[in-house]
Amino acid sequence: MSENNTAVQEKEQQTSQKLVKFEIHRQDTPDSKPYWEKFEVPYRMNMNVISALMEIRRNPVNAEGKKTTPVSWDMNCLEEVCGACSMVINGRPRQSCTALVDQFTQPIRLEPMRTFPVVRDLIVDRDFMFDSLKKIKAWIPIDGTYDLGEGPRMPERKRQWAYELSKCMTCGVCLEACPNVNDKTNFIGPALLSQVRLFNTHPTGAMNKDERLEALMQDGGIAECGNSQNCVVACPKGIPLTTSIAAMNRATSVQLFKNFFGSDHMVD
Amino acid sequence: MLKESDFYLRRLHSLLGIIPVGLFVTQHLVVNHFATRGAESFNTASNFMGNLPFVLFLEWFIIYIPLMFHAFYGVYIAFTAKNNTRRYGTFRNWMFKLQRFTGVFLVVFIAWHLYQTRIQKALGVEVDYNMMHDILENPFMMAFYIVGVIAATFHLANGLWSFLVTWGFTQSPQSQKVVSYITIIIFLVLSIIGVQAALAFI
Repeated sequence: MSENNTAVQEKEQQTSQKLVKFEIHRQDTPDSKPYWEKFEVPYRMNMNVISALMEIRRNPVNAEGKKTTPVSWDMNCLEEVCGACSMVINGRPRQSCTALVDQFTQPIRLEPMRTFPVVRDLIVDRDFMFDSLKKIKAWIPIDGTYDLGEGPRMPERKRQWAYELSKCMTCGVCLEACPNVNDKTNFIGPALLSQVRLFNTHPTGAMNKDERLEALMQDGGIAECGNSQNCVVACPKGIPLTTSIAAMNRATSVQLFKNFFGSDHMVD
Repeated sequence: MLKESDFYLRRLHSLLGIIPVGLFVTQHLVVNHFATRGAESFNTASNFMGNLPFVLFLEWFIIYIPLMFHAFYGVYIAFTAKNNTRRYGTFRNWMFKLQRFTGVFLVVFIAWHLYQTRIQKALGVEVDYNMMHDILENPFMMAFYIVGVIAATFHLANGLWSFLVTWGFTQSPQSQKVVSYITIIIFLVLSIIGVQAALAFI
C-alpha cells in the first residue's frame, strides 16, 4: 500500500515538472490587431485545454515570465453539448472542453474562429447563426386561439434520424470549416440547412415547411453550398450534414417546380 | 438584384454545365476522335458539323450563350470561395478546389481556343486537320491543349457529381460515393478520347 503511494507521488512529481506549451492568438478589442502570445502551463493528468486556460487565468504570466492580461474565452457546459467553448486548436475548429492536452502536439496553438467577429482573445460573436435561425424559422408554431390538441404522430424510424439532427448545438465549427462561409458571401452555413430538415421532418413543423424552404432559396441560402463536404468531417456531434444538405437540395428542387407550375401540396 | 436571385442563378449554372455545355464538350471530343482515322476522316466530320443547318443559331444557343453564362458566373463563384485544403485535406475538399481552379483555367483556355479556331474561321481561314496540325506541332501548344482537355474532362466529370447533389438526386453518402466512382471512370474515358485525338494531329 505504502509502496503504491510512493509510486503515485513519484508520478505526480514527474508530471508536475512537465510543462505544456501554448501559443494563443490574442486580440484585445474587436478592432485591434491580433498577436501571438506564448504560455507554459504545469502539466496535470487528463488536463484539457480549458483547465490550462483556467491555469493561465489564475496566474497570468507568459512564457517569457512577464505578467500579462488573462486570456479570455467562452465556456458553459463543459461536456460538449453547448458549443460555447469552440475555438481553433492546432488549426482545426472544435470544442476546447473535450480537447485533451495529451492528444495534441505541442505547442498547442489556440485561435478564435475568425469566421465570426472576434470579441476578445478566443471569444467570438456567434450572433450570425442565431439570426439565421430566425430567418429559417427554426421553431414549430403550436400557438392557437384555442387548444389545438395533440399533433400528428411521428414514425419511430423517422424520429431516430431526426434525433441525430437535433444534436446540433449551433457551435459554429461547420461554418468555420466551410470554404464558402466567409466575408464575400452571406452563406448561412451547413448547420442551418440541416435545421430546416429537422423542423420540416417534425409532423407539426411540416405544416410550415414551404416557408422554411423559401428561406433557404433566399440570398445566402442553400445555393451557396459548394459540396466541399468539410462540414460533415468537422461536426463534433457527427451530424450527417451533407445528407441533410442533399435532402434540402431535393426539397428545394421540388419547391422550385411547385412555385413555378403551381401546386395544391405546398405543405403536405 | 443579383443576390436576390442567387438560388435560381446557381441552379441555372449547375444545369447549363451539363445541358448543353457538358453534352457539347463530349460531342466535341468524340468528333475530334475522327482525327485518329486520318486527315480526310476528320475533315469530313468537321465539315458535317460546321455545315449543319441553322449552324449559327445552334452555336449561339447551344454553345456560346450557355457557356458564357456558365463561365462568367463560375468565375464569380470561384473567387468567393476561401479554399482550405491545408486544414481539411479530404478528397471532396480537393475536388472542390480543383473544380474552381480548372474552371478559371478553362475560361482562359477556351478563349484562346476560340481565337485560334472559330474566330479565324470567321476571318476566312479554313478550319481543318491542317490548321490543327499547324497549331499542335508547337510542343507548348500541344501541352497547353492537353492540359486544357484534361481540365475540361475533369471539370465536367466532377461537375456531373455535384450536379447530382445540387439537384437532390444523390442524397445518401453511399449513393454519392458510387457516383464518385462513376464520374472518375467518365473522367478517365473522356480524357483518353480527348488526348488521343489531340495526339492524332501530329
